[in-house]
Amino acid sequence: MAQTVATTAGARRASRFGWIGSAISPIVQVFKQDRFARAGFIIYGVMIIIAVLAPLLAPHDPTKVMEVNGIWQTNKQPGGDYILGTTNVGRDIFSQLIYGARPALYVGFSAAIVTVIIGTLVGLISGYYGGWIDLILMRLTDVAFGIPFTPFVIVLVAFLSPSIWNIVLAMALLFWRDTARVIRAQVLTVRQRSFVQAAKLSGASDKRAIFLYVAPNILALSFLYGTLAIGWAILTEASVSFLGFGDPKVTSWGYMLQDAYVSQALGRGAYYWFVPPGICIMLAVMAGFFISRGFEEMLFPRLRRR
Amino acid sequence: MFRARLVYLVSRLGQMLIVLWAIATILFLIFRLMPGSPLTAYIDPTFTEEQAQAVREQFGLDDPMIVQYGIYMKNLVTGNLGMSFFQKEPVWDVLMDVFPNTVILTGFALLLAYIWGVLMGALLAWKRGSLFESGGLLVTLMTRAAPEFFVGMLLLSFFSFNQGWFPSAGISKPGVIFDSIWQQLASGDFWRHMILPSLTMAIYLQGLPTLLMRNNMLEVLDEDYVNMARMKGFSEWRIMMAHAARNALLPIVTAMTLGVGYAVGGNVVVETVFSWPGIGRMLVRAVSSHDYPLAQGAFLLIAVVIVVMNFVADIFYSFLDPRVSTSRQEVG
Repeated sequence: MAQTVATTAGARRASRFGWIGSAISPIVQVFKQDRFARAGFIIYGVMIIIAVLAPLLAPHDPTKVMEVNGIWQTNKQPGGDYILGTTNVGRDIFSQLIYGARPALYVGFSAAIVTVIIGTLVGLISGYYGGWIDLILMRLTDVAFGIPFTPFVIVLVAFLSPSIWNIVLAMALLFWRDTARVIRAQVLTVRQRSFVQAAKLSGASDKRAIFLYVAPNILALSFLYGTLAIGWAILTEASVSFLGFGDPKVTSWGYMLQDAYVSQALGRGAYYWFVPPGICIMLAVMAGFFISRGFEEMLFPRLRRR
Repeated sequence: MFRARLVYLVSRLGQMLIVLWAIATILFLIFRLMPGSPLTAYIDPTFTEEQAQAVREQFGLDDPMIVQYGIYMKNLVTGNLGMSFFQKEPVWDVLMDVFPNTVILTGFALLLAYIWGVLMGALLAWKRGSLFESGGLLVTLMTRAAPEFFVGMLLLSFFSFNQGWFPSAGISKPGVIFDSIWQQLASGDFWRHMILPSLTMAIYLQGLPTLLMRNNMLEVLDEDYVNMARMKGFSEWRIMMAHAARNALLPIVTAMTLGVGYAVGGNVVVETVFSWPGIGRMLVRAVSSHDYPLAQGAFLLIAVVIVVMNFVADIFYSFLDPRVSTSRQEVG
């Protein structure tokens, strides 16, 4: 949704630490400023630690059927050796939950990075050059907005073979649309500002003007949409897995929910099976929302509580 | 003024048609050029020669790609979506059987969501800075972060399986088939089936209007005319309702128009959880059973709804805010 964006951050040139510096500074600022954003960063931090240390933290192999003296440990209640019980075929739910952090992070971050790169580039080029370039890119964005999101991902993943990376690819093909529109609107105002005009008058090339003078001023907005995209991507992967088009080799939280749903866990009241993965998805998505809220308050201080 | 609007309307209409054409073309490419070419893969060795021939003719598979594209476009324009592979019925008829169910479910859920969202958003703005507001915002963010199918599963397991208050699937008792849409709408049983799925959708959908309404109210509360009303000594309630809410509502109306399209696209999940015979569930089933004509038709229908609602939202917006129609030329 194209909001009207008032630039409140002062005119920013790429900092003297170069591009890396100007990319990190808004993140640090948000972390310092906003309590919610800090909570979001901490949730992602914990998730990353769990994902990396999954083999150490998980008590069992998440894909293996638990067996004691040749008897399958199916539908075990939580407790004892199985912290959250076992599934109807005897897999350890807690271990599945731990390993589920991995695909969530892969999908969330890779989709967000691709989204931000494509969306920001399209927005920058479209807004800076204007004219027919703008016309074509914006009509392309309109087309992307007309394509139903979840159905598109399902169809593409079903045809390309269900894998985590195809899910990310399908999402990336559409996710950039919001970022592109908003960045473009922002570029239109930044382009008119005196420091950009001055740079151009003093002979800066278009490329230099875009990346050195315009881009640093829209970076925080890119981050805002990037962090939102992390959340949406995790949600979408979960939906796609739930609908049965997920990566069959990966135990994601969405897959766990689908497994529970089709195995009639609802009818048996096996809350210990389907509530934990749902809560994990919610936390991961909320962390993205929290951080994006931090960027939002930095960019649009009028929203701040008064 | 009127002329400018008419020009805008016509050019926006043209844009809409171009977008629809582009989406139809993308869909053609997806369905014909994907690895394993789904259509030829569908013709398997067990087919009789006539069956295989019928499929080839339906899609012109023996012709070069460009001719196939011509046939495809001609069929779309004349409303011929082909025959469903498995239902052995025209795709259009199959879709129209289930489309009303989706419209009713989505419409009712949107209604619930926007009534709740507007009231809740206004309340949050009114109680700004309080603990109630922080708590309300947190809960709203939680509902936005919860996967719809997870909410659906929670509601199902408690209200349906545990308490037995509501049925768990479908739109009617087993064996009951409604003769007409009116009979369906008049049936108490149908509404009993609708409560959980529409509630699930509404819980997700209300987040946007709630947050929008709150933000709009906070913006409006800063305006001069609200301060004026305050100075006149009107009660806070009257200021909220008569002065602030009225103006904060306009963007919500636009958001809702846009929301219709995206809700129809997004309810694949809810329809699947509750086995609701709608367009979204049809799409999922068509894709997983490789019924390509049906999948293609369902996808197109959903896309048309989204594109048309985007169009309506833009027109709406241009009428509410006259600046749009002129400035849009350069901005939009």
